[in-house]
Amino acid sequence: MRRVLIWAPLVLFAAVFGLVASGLIKPGDRTIHSAMVGKPLPVLALPALLPGKPGIASAELKGKPRLLNVFASWCIPCIAEAPQLMKLKQAGVEIDAIAIRDTPAAVQAFLARNGDPYARIGDDKASRAQLALGSSGVPETFVIDAAGRIAYQHIGDVREDDVPLLLAELEKAK
Amino acid sequence: MIAEAGLAALWLAAAFALVQLMLAWGAAKQGENPNVGLMMTALRRTALVQGLLALLSFALLIALFVRSDMSVVLVATNSHSLKPLIYKVAGAWGNHEGSMLLWVTVLATAGAGVAAFERRLASATLAATLGAQAAIGLGFYAFLAFASNPFVRLDPPAPDGQGLNPLLQDPGLAFHPPTLYLGYVGLSVAFSFAVGALLTRDVGPAFAKAMRPWVLGAWIFLTIGITAGSYWAYYELGWGGWWFWDPVENASLMPWLAATALLHSVTVLATRDGLRAWTLMLALVAFAMSMLGTFLVRSGILVSVHAFAVDPTRGTFILALLGIYIGGALALFGARVGTITQGSTFQLVSREGALVLNNLLLSVILGVVFIGTLYPLAAQAAGVQLSIGAPFFNKALVPVALALMIATAAGPLLRWRRDNMNALAKRALVPTAAAGVAFALLFALTGGAHFVSVLGIALAIGLGVASVAPVARRNLRRTPLHVWGMVIAHLGVAVSIAGMAADSAFKTERLAAIQVGQNVTVGPFRVTLADVRPTVGPNWSALEARLQVRRGDGAMFELFPQQRFFSTPPTNTNEAAITTLLDGQLYTVLGQGDDKGRWQLRLWWKPFVTLIWLGGGLIALGGLIALIGRVRRERRVAEAESWA
Repeated sequence: MRRVLIWAPLVLFAAVFGLVASGLIKPGDRTIHSAMVGKPLPVLALPALLPGKPGIASAELKGKPRLLNVFASWCIPCIAEAPQLMKLKQAGVEIDAIAIRDTPAAVQAFLARNGDPYARIGDDKASRAQLALGSSGVPETFVIDAAGRIAYQHIGDVREDDVPLLLAELEKAK
Repeated sequence: MIAEAGLAALWLAAAFALVQLMLAWGAAKQGENPNVGLMMTALRRTALVQGLLALLSFALLIALFVRSDMSVVLVATNSHSLKPLIYKVAGAWGNHEGSMLLWVTVLATAGAGVAAFERRLASATLAATLGAQAAIGLGFYAFLAFASNPFVRLDPPAPDGQGLNPLLQDPGLAFHPPTLYLGYVGLSVAFSFAVGALLTRDVGPAFAKAMRPWVLGAWIFLTIGITAGSYWAYYELGWGGWWFWDPVENASLMPWLAATALLHSVTVLATRDGLRAWTLMLALVAFAMSMLGTFLVRSGILVSVHAFAVDPTRGTFILALLGIYIGGALALFGARVGTITQGSTFQLVSREGALVLNNLLLSVILGVVFIGTLYPLAAQAAGVQLSIGAPFFNKALVPVALALMIATAAGPLLRWRRDNMNALAKRALVPTAAAGVAFALLFALTGGAHFVSVLGIALAIGLGVASVAPVARRNLRRTPLHVWGMVIAHLGVAVSIAGMAADSAFKTERLAAIQVGQNVTVGPFRVTLADVRPTVGPNWSALEARLQVRRGDGAMFELFPQQRFFSTPPTNTNEAAITTLLDGQLYTVLGQGDDKGRWQLRLWWKPFVTLIWLGGGLIALGGLIALIGRVRRERRVAEAESWA
């Protein structure tokens, strides 16, 4: 009895070790699933930030799948993702934007420097629309399906290898 | 140059750890060698130098952060030139690489401490202990050098840094990791002692007395770390709770539970020469829990609110170290413990008996937390995604915790070796009566609701009374310090549990959406939303609400909860506004506004919630007093021996 007890801790440890090692080798699904995915876009009515570019009204964001990009001129990763958004635009994707806590002059300068992929830009001075979307930072990109539901949420900047993924999600969202 | 010097110091420290291991090997094996005294001196000095080099390396990393040297990757990714100085310093350990360097530094410094101060231990056991400490150190030096070098340069240098996670920009959290690490790594010393004792088969009161201050010290830091961490999560995360049963929280709780059990069993070993194998086992388990905690936090294997540096490669490295050290030590335990003679025995009804019961109950709690923390992982292996939260832990742990309170109250009332039930019943009369009266009163007041919480408060009162009993009829000035320490720590447990039970039974929560000028009531308070306006800080901007609060007809006071926005990196945080009164806290959080001009407010009235952390502070204070008492007594004994 005593001999068995003496080795019990090592056996127990080996079991836990095996379990943890298997968890490490075969990781589970660690992507953050937003609670908003699958739900209709919350009601948004954001005024236009720039002259000549409409603001965001959630009722209008229907008919075909599109991207909704949450960005800001003061956000460094937003500069990094700008070329990818331009690529998506050239691929025929309609991209709308919500500018977080920003000013028209700063956004104007940002778009002049990094290109302007946006069809609409809504002005979200107090981050309210951002919070309603369940977005926790900038940049974030939502895929909105043809029926106006949130089909996919991409957290962080869009990198080169994310572009095919987003295109696939847009295709699925038709 | 500073970064290169830091890296060089780190490599040199690693080299000294290797030398230390070899010297320890020689000194422990060649018991009859005439040169063993010389080897021991060399071994002690090597450990000292290793500690100093690690300290130097860590100091140089801090210097890089203070100078905002953006040509170092770690500084550029975790700091910003505009940050207040204290957060620049804290930035040095507020990330994976820096915190691992801190880990190694504490480990090496603790080893140096053992080398410098430990005089009572047999020299072979001391050598084996320092060898084990060096072996642990080598693994972590390798981890730093090959998988997480904090001194990597960035070419070209960044124009400025990316900042520090805003949640970490809080004085409480800046000093939280070092405190916890002192505890975690302090337990490595107990582990090394146990390995040393197993190697030399020298387990007895002298060994236990040598190990005890280290366990006590580590346990004090763990207690402070957990208490501060809980309070930080409570006021900084803005969710109104004080414990989440998050894997990262459990990662710090598990070593604490093991260390608490170890602290009590090592006392039995030191005073009565009992529980030899069990004490060694606990010393191994306590450090195993520290390492497992580090692994869980860093591997990203469990989903947690605040796991950081998620990286499977690093996870694999730490897991390998865990396997080598803990697996190796447990194998050594299996092979050797049979040859360690059993110590003294004792009767069931005795101080030892109560301490064994305390150990068993603590082990059950540890087991439950362990299973609850790892269960999602087991489920994942079976293909199910799930998470285990407060309902499981509360249901499983509350009965054990209540039983543990009774054991904690009874222990100090019992005599060593043997006692009888009648004598215990007589001594327990006053505490039992206090608990009984409190229970009857509270039960009547609440009309039978919150049964478990009310029972908890009553038992806490009984425990509080029982805790002071050991000093009640003594000459207070002649009562040894370590008895005072025990009394204060046990009183702290009672205070803390009373706070937890009071909070769970009597808190009131209110979620309201109101416009400026409207008011809402929570508990005895009427809260008016006076206005909401933007405000700016050094590196954030915020929306700040002005709340005017009145309790009954009392004077009006104001609270200013905020929603903060940090731009580098872009993050929103909630700054709760809390007012502390004698009988509890009013906790307010500003939520989102809607397009109709209404603002969400979350309000909690939490009666006596502050007792939770006050109790934690008392527990740590009790530990500190006991530590001072033990060290002074040891010194007096050592002096007396040197005169004899």
